[in-house]
Amino acid sequence: MTIFVDIGSLDDVPAQGARVVRTAQGCVAVFRTADDRVFALEDRCSHKGGPLSEGIVHGTFVTCPLHNWVFDMNTGQAQGADEGRVRTFAAKVQEGRILIEATLLRRSAA
Amino acid sequence: MKKKLVVIGAGMASGRMLEHLLGAAPDIFDVTLFNAESRGNYDRLMLSPVLSGEKTYEQIVTHDDAWYAAHNVDCRFGEAVVRIDRKNRVVYSNSGGAPYDALVIATGSAPFIIPVPGRDLHGVVTYRDLEDTRAMMDTRGKDAVVIGGGLLGLEAAAGMAARGARVTVVHLMGHLMERQLDPAAGYLLQKDLERRGITVHCKGATKAILGTDRAEAVLLEDGAVHPADLVCMAVGIRPETRLAVDAHLEVERGIVVDDAMRTSDPHIFALGECVEHRGQVFGLVAPLYDQARVLARTLLDQDAAFVPVQTATKLKVTGCDLFSAGDFADAPGREDIVFRDPGRGIYKRLVLEGDRIVGVVMYGDTADGAWFHGLMKDGTDIGPMRDRLIFGPAFQGGGAPDPVAAVAALPPEAEICGCNGVSKGTIMNAAMGGACTLDQMRACTKASASCGTCTGLVQQVMALALGDAVQDAPMGMCRCTDHSHEDLRRLIRAMGLKSIPAVMQELGWKTVGGCHSCRPALNYYLLAEYPLEYRDDRQSRFVNERNHANIQKDGTYSVVPRMWGGVTTPAELRAIADAAEKYGVPMVKVTGGQRIDLLGVRKEDLPHMWADLNAAGMVSGAAYSKGLRTVKTCVGQEFCRVGTQDSTGLGIKLEKLMWGSWTPHKLKLGVSGCPRNCAEATCKDIGVVCVDSGYNIVIGGAAGMEVRETVPLASTPSEDEAIQIILAVTQLYRENARYLDRIWKWMDKVGLGWIKAQVVDDMENRRALVERFEISQSVYRRDPWADLSTPSETPKWAPLADLTLEAAE
Ligand SMILES: Cc1cc2nc3c(=O)[nH]c(=O)nc-3n(C[C@H](O)[C@H](O)[C@H](O)COP(=O)(O)OP(=O)(O)OC[C@H]3O[C@@H](n4cnc5c(N)ncnc54)[C@H](O)[C@@H]3O)c2cc1C
Ligand code: SF4
Ligand code: FES
Repeated sequence: MTIFVDIGSLDDVPAQGARVVRTAQGCVAVFRTADDRVFALEDRCSHKGGPLSEGIVHGTFVTCPLHNWVFDMNTGQAQGADEGRVRTFAAKVQEGRILIEATLLRRSAA
Repeated sequence: MKKKLVVIGAGMASGRMLEHLLGAAPDIFDVTLFNAESRGNYDRLMLSPVLSGEKTYEQIVTHDDAWYAAHNVDCRFGEAVVRIDRKNRVVYSNSGGAPYDALVIATGSAPFIIPVPGRDLHGVVTYRDLEDTRAMMDTRGKDAVVIGGGLLGLEAAAGMAARGARVTVVHLMGHLMERQLDPAAGYLLQKDLERRGITVHCKGATKAILGTDRAEAVLLEDGAVHPADLVCMAVGIRPETRLAVDAHLEVERGIVVDDAMRTSDPHIFALGECVEHRGQVFGLVAPLYDQARVLARTLLDQDAAFVPVQTATKLKVTGCDLFSAGDFADAPGREDIVFRDPGRGIYKRLVLEGDRIVGVVMYGDTADGAWFHGLMKDGTDIGPMRDRLIFGPAFQGGGAPDPVAAVAALPPEAEICGCNGVSKGTIMNAAMGGACTLDQMRACTKASASCGTCTGLVQQVMALALGDAVQDAPMGMCRCTDHSHEDLRRLIRAMGLKSIPAVMQELGWKTVGGCHSCRPALNYYLLAEYPLEYRDDRQSRFVNERNHANIQKDGTYSVVPRMWGGVTTPAELRAIADAAEKYGVPMVKVTGGQRIDLLGVRKEDLPHMWADLNAAGMVSGAAYSKGLRTVKTCVGQEFCRVGTQDSTGLGIKLEKLMWGSWTPHKLKLGVSGCPRNCAEATCKDIGVVCVDSGYNIVIGGAAGMEVRETVPLASTPSEDEAIQIILAVTQLYRENARYLDRIWKWMDKVGLGWIKAQVVDDMENRRALVERFEISQSVYRRDPWADLSTPSETPKWAPLADLTLEAAE
């Protein structure tokens, strides 16, 4: 079973936007879609390390701000002709709070 | 010796006939072509897009001077034929005669004028030709009444509404388009039209058109009065048969022709809307094209017989999708399958007789129209698929509703282009044969070359045949939409769409939430169109504009405070130096735009640094924006020994007026005090080069990937006028250019002449443009740094949480 930690209120993340969470495993981008779903992805583009948290969020996709690679937030997979993948982490909304998987507290992946 | 062929009327039908004839046999006939309109063949169907502004007249011409010349056609345009002398085989116009061996009458039809008082007043038009269209294009801000809520009337109404007229449609029957739609679909259509500001008055009988010298209002039998600077009568047409009647040809409702398109005189032929064939007259173009094919063969002494086919109707109003074919009156033995989704405005109805479809009405989602129409025409037994039928071809296999799958499911003989009778198979073959752009496809099969409503389908078939080899297939601004940038701007205006979700909903976006290409463009178009109502959507902006700083490759930012006209003070320099030290800025650099760049600032430090710079009186330099960047100046008259004007002062004035404005792409200005041009004004988007006699304004320069020298826009002795012209041209650019086009690119498209006419020659327009710029600036001339470094905003620039600080278990 996944254990979750509370990182903040849903209202703290703009719809179609993101905020960053610092973790023991590097920065994680926490996204909120237009329909209030949340996704947590490693905040480092697999291309040249761009901060995905600063990308434009469209549907369940995010476009990297540096060179426009597009990632599916469900899978972390780069779309189209670009090849690559960023790590994803479990995240959910519960009673207006955002929870992400507690493994992020640890130094390395479980 | 060549035979003499005379054609009366250069319309849709005769144009097509001449193509077939001269294509098959270029050397048999000498052709003389009379036309009452003072122009040659054009695509009459496309008058509606011309009216609404989606196309220009030039784009709908089907045969140009070069074509007539190449085919040796003697053009007698602007000459109506007034008499046919059958005995001597000569036709006469008011300026002379033309003898014939064979004569073709293709005079089309004449609009019906309802015989009410006031019908002759100035300002009363019909909807048939370019003159009518031009009169209706000229109704911005005026009242217009359209009498008749059929296809033509509604296209007229929507077109005028798109031009900014206040439009009322007066319709005699209980619901709109009663000949094509049942009441439910008519109601959805009415709601759609009302949503775009058109008033609909059903059950309205016109009693009189009121006015003294020109139309002022329309009075109905029920006492209602609708104000009207323009009245368009679109109540029906009747075949134009006057010449034939005078010549004693056999005429019933139309000129009677046999299967070979011959009239009662063996030397005289007729085709188009003016004819009657086996008791039937015509009002849509598809059967006329068949007639054209037949008549071309007849004239070449080849056998051919015209067989009318059933045609379907579509309304060419962007955003209103409707499709109707066949018969859908209630009758014994008929059953309906109905699908309604009122939330999305979708209605589909199939009328069945036994196991055959006899009628189709669709509103809101017409993608499957061609498939149903095919089943109907072929009399297919739909019994086995009846329970899933209404969901269309994609669901017959139980799969997902994918438009390409739906097209893939169509049989090769399925008709894709109704106007030109082009089947899926023909398009597939042409695509395999090398037609891989829409234009090539139109050129070689005519598919989607007439009314254009099937363009999407044609592209899907091409995609099916070619996969990725299709070029320019989606002409849309990105993969989320088929609409071009230009269409979108017009539709946003015409339909009064005021938010990104509204645009995506109403214009049928194919993705959820768009993409990184369309969202910033839409955000810009909306804020430019509705400066006071629209709220800038930060989430639809690229990172730099969202964060008001330039992101660097390591994720840090650069900060550039504004230095008006490149002038600074010791106090400002001191504040910049302090900030650089306080936030540990790794590099301080002088930019090409005459200011100072602080590079390598961490995101969470941004609001603090801004607050410090704000406290010293500085604002954001917008070095990141598709908006006003810098106004570079030289020292000019103040200090320079050859300066002619106060170039620094003018630069500062311009920057203070224009800062904060968003534009389609970045906007850089330069002002040089004399032609030595130290401020490099001639490679800026807008430049001023001062001379003894005043100010030379130049535009369209660039010094990036593309290097361009400016071209002169205007010269004026007055600094004030120079400023007005610069603001006006900026606003013109803001309102018209496509997102991400620099001024030079936009200028290449619209022409310097047009820009000059708008902002230099037309003083009234210049004033209006400046006024609109000012309205927008009343909102946007504002420092984003100040707004985003308040106590409530500042925390948002830092991480949401720091889990490295929590105790790991
Ligand atoms: C605004 C509009 C939108 C339409 N939209 C559609 C649509 O979406 N789909 C569809 O299928 N149909 C549509 N139609 C109908 C279609 O345009 C007609 O069916 C078609 O144009 C008829 O072709 P035609 O050659 O018979 O006549 P026309 O195209 O009308 O040509 C007749 C020509 O003959 C000329 N003429 C007449 N009398 C004389 C004379 N005595 N001497 C010399 N010249 C003469 C006229 O000036 C005219 O140029 C539309 C019509 C209009 C007006
Ligand atoms: S452009 Fe002319 S006025 Fe300006 S600094 Fe250079 S020489 Fe002097
Ligand atoms: S770093 Fe993300 S696309 Fe290049």
